Amino acid sequence: MDQKIKRPDFDIITKWIEPSTRVLDLGCEDGELLKRLGDKFVSGYGVEINPEAIPLCVKNRVNVIQLNLDQGLAGFDDNSFDFVVLSLTLQAMKQPRQLLKEMLRVGQTGIVSFPNFGHWKVRTQLGFSGRMPVSRHLPNSWFNTPNIHMCTLKDFEILCTEEDIRILDRRAVNYRHETSIGLKLFPNLLGEIALYMFTSA
Amino acid sequence: MNSKKNHSVGIITPQTLHFDGRVQLKSGDSLENFDVVYESYGKLNSKNTNAILICHALSGDHHAAGYHNTDDTHIGWWDNLIGPGKPIDTNRFFVICTNNVGGFQGSTGPASNNPSTNQPYGPDFPMVTVEDWVTVQSMVADRLKIDVWAAVIGGSLGGMQAMQWSIDYPSRIKHSCIIASTPKLSAQNIAFNDVARQAIRTDSEFYDGRYYEKNTVPSRGLRVARMLGHITYLSDDLMAEKFGRNLRDIENIGFNYNPEFEVESYLRYQGDRFSQSFDANTYLLMTKALDYYDPAQAHGGDLSHAMAPAVCDFLVISFTSDWRFTVERSREIVKAIHDNDLNVTYAEITATQGHDAFLLEIPDYLNVFTAYMDQVYECTGIKSEDSL
Repeated sequence: MDQKIKRPDFDIITKWIEPSTRVLDLGCEDGELLKRLGDKFVSGYGVEINPEAIPLCVKNRVNVIQLNLDQGLAGFDDNSFDFVVLSLTLQAMKQPRQLLKEMLRVGQTGIVSFPNFGHWKVRTQLGFSGRMPVSRHLPNSWFNTPNIHMCTLKDFEILCTEEDIRILDRRAVNYRHETSIGLKLFPNLLGEIALYMFTSA
Repeated sequence: MNSKKNHSVGIITPQTLHFDGRVQLKSGDSLENFDVVYESYGKLNSKNTNAILICHALSGDHHAAGYHNTDDTHIGWWDNLIGPGKPIDTNRFFVICTNNVGGFQGSTGPASNNPSTNQPYGPDFPMVTVEDWVTVQSMVADRLKIDVWAAVIGGSLGGMQAMQWSIDYPSRIKHSCIIASTPKLSAQNIAFNDVARQAIRTDSEFYDGRYYEKNTVPSRGLRVARMLGHITYLSDDLMAEKFGRNLRDIENIGFNYNPEFEVESYLRYQGDRFSQSFDANTYLLMTKALDYYDPAQAHGGDLSHAMAPAVCDFLVISFTSDWRFTVERSREIVKAIHDNDLNVTYAEITATQGHDAFLLEIPDYLNVFTAYMDQVYECTGIKSEDSL
């Protein structure tokens, strides 16, 4: 599959991250994002739990640390990174609130992307069929999905307010990474993927 | 066995280097006039850029791969990882494994003749440390005209040497592969080692380490030491799976002290075999080298500071069921590496086999190791050299 279609959030994240910075990519999979960021002289470390992904990171010449994010980021010092990225992983975490705090402990700026549970297709599936939504970004059934903490853009922003997290930028995109006036006007209804850049208030 | 031999480095003849010079040891003592025995596999390329150093662990030696003759059943201790087409591919790399000084398999050690007394050194052999072994290995590299190792690789005590190379000779090592190792022993680790040492030292045949002259072997002590050590190399789960509470003869329980449980006979067999083949003084020295290793000690306990001289790339691998050198110890090494902004691949392999997992063919382990060695081959210019 075309990487751009597979990961529409990477283009935006790559633009957000400034050159020559230090990046921690949580849930880095095969290291594709850090590999792309290499062009911007970004030094980075990926964190990944899947053993099959580790040799792929090696092939991509990306630093990788095999670790379960649900155990926290104790191995990283305060403020040791400029950016901490969590792309399409937040919804699979046992303690998303705790992890967001950890991201801002070890890094200056946090970046998250997640599938938006407020998207109209999700709403109509649940509303009309009365069943848990299954979609391109949420392909599993309720009983075997790794996505245990789904949220909407609105939910995420409320949590940020509660946690004194200041949102620096927000994007809502569809799976092809296309944005539109509609997406800008009704991000929580039309956005399939939500992206946030944030820091401590 | 035959299919293994097809991918084997084949029949290997160990080589010996003699050093006349004097080496200052960490203890303040010195060592002079000594031999180092080593084996090599593969071919050194024309620019001498494809050399890899393998560092052995507590009970290992220079015989890391292949066999010594056609009838040899004693295949090298890492033969499953070193050879043509294997993760440490001898079609690509020139691989060397030395026997550390203090050993008894050919390098100068306590069982060797002390030229000043014309008797075996015994307890007079100086205490050698991980740092000293690295120094001697660098002398071997000089002699073989290897300025820079493409990689230094070791498991357990060998991993400590791979780590120390990155600190002591940063310009001479491109990759350091630290497997199932630790930046220092825990109190529990040291405690186990001391029980092992006490078993040897209190054996009436030990004679304060001068058993060679008495023509005795402290085999009972060595046997207990090995049995104890062996328990720490395995995991509780693996022992349960391998032996459980199985009895050799369930129909006739003896109600005596003969070995009846499978685990008892297994450990006794291991202990017997080891005590007939290993030198007790070497075992004492190696366990002390383990205990003393702590590169952070001179830096107020700050491992990141201790590793500041390092510039090479790192591969760190640990195994989940290793309770001797736990995953947490490897994570400490990884932290010190990224604190210094150095490149690292860290794999935490899910395995039931305990500490000894690093010697075994575990798919996730082999996959990451192979991928890493492929990168070593490509990014050190060895590949482009080969294609000329």
